[in-house]
Amino acid sequence: MKWFVHFRPGDWLTLALGIWLTGWLASHSWPSSAAQKIIIRTSGQLFAEARLDKPQRIHVPGPLGESIVEIQAGRARVAVDPSPRQLCVKHGWLSRAGDAALCLPNQLSVEMVGAMRRFDSLNY
Amino acid sequence: MQIHLTATIDDHRIAKLAAAALGLTLLEAAIPTPLPGVKPGLANIITLVVLARFGWRSAAWVTVLRVVAGSLMLGTFLSPTFLLSFSGAIASLAMLAIAQTLPAQLFGTVTQSILAALAHFAGQLLIIYFWLIPQAGVAYLIPIFAGAALIFGSLNGIAAATLLVRLPTISQPTCATP
Repeated sequence: MKWFVHFRPGDWLTLALGIWLTGWLASHSWPSSAAQKIIIRTSGQLFAEARLDKPQRIHVPGPLGESIVEIQAGRARVAVDPSPRQLCVKHGWLSRAGDAALCLPNQLSVEMVGAMRRFDSLNY
Repeated sequence: MQIHLTATIDDHRIAKLAAAALGLTLLEAAIPTPLPGVKPGLANIITLVVLARFGWRSAAWVTVLRVVAGSLMLGTFLSPTFLLSFSGAIASLAMLAIAQTLPAQLFGTVTQSILAALAHFAGQLLIIYFWLIPQAGVAYLIPIFAGAALIFGSLNGIAAATLLVRLPTISQPTCATP
């Protein structure tokens, strides 16, 4: 006996409505997390804010030398940084709101921001 | 003074069916779940069968007895867990009362099961949101609970429908059923 033999026509409708409801709830409960904007700080000061729709490379001076932040459509990364361990460069591309890359030796921070900030601050 | 309680045939049947539902509740309590609150709700299969065979009144009795006695057996009586099952049960019974009035040619046990599962989830959510954890963080879990309700509601509905076909003569209804 097939599993759907007990489905009456309206049952399919109910199931479809249920799937639609779940999807609707998901789209409203989980806000889209695509980043809209990038905030670059150096030595704790705001250095630049940029939208992510225009590809560009931003040169940021720091205590150790110059870092380069590369922006492509919808994503960004620290492409070049003089910090010894290259942690922020190895962090790779950032695309979601709330993502961040920190180059502590060169005092550079890159933060992705969405339409709405989900946190005021984060402590580690 | 002596109190005499005379149990009718209906009472006996409700007690037996509630015992069957209790068995499923206890069985289910032993199944580990990835997330608290996500449970198959197997006892609802009994509720659906009772609803189809003996009407809403019997189904309500079986469900409420199952929730109360089940919480006594699991040691959760009057705890938040109990209130969550109780509010869920009341919400799904209310939904079943409405779902029962849908044309039976089109909407069967599966529809009743899905609607009851979603109402169960909504009833629990109200308790969680307004009393237990009144903060927006709960919203993150809503789609997961709704999805689980949909899946388990469908499966229970199929199980109940199968049971209703396979057991055509578990005692005839005493009151008129649609």
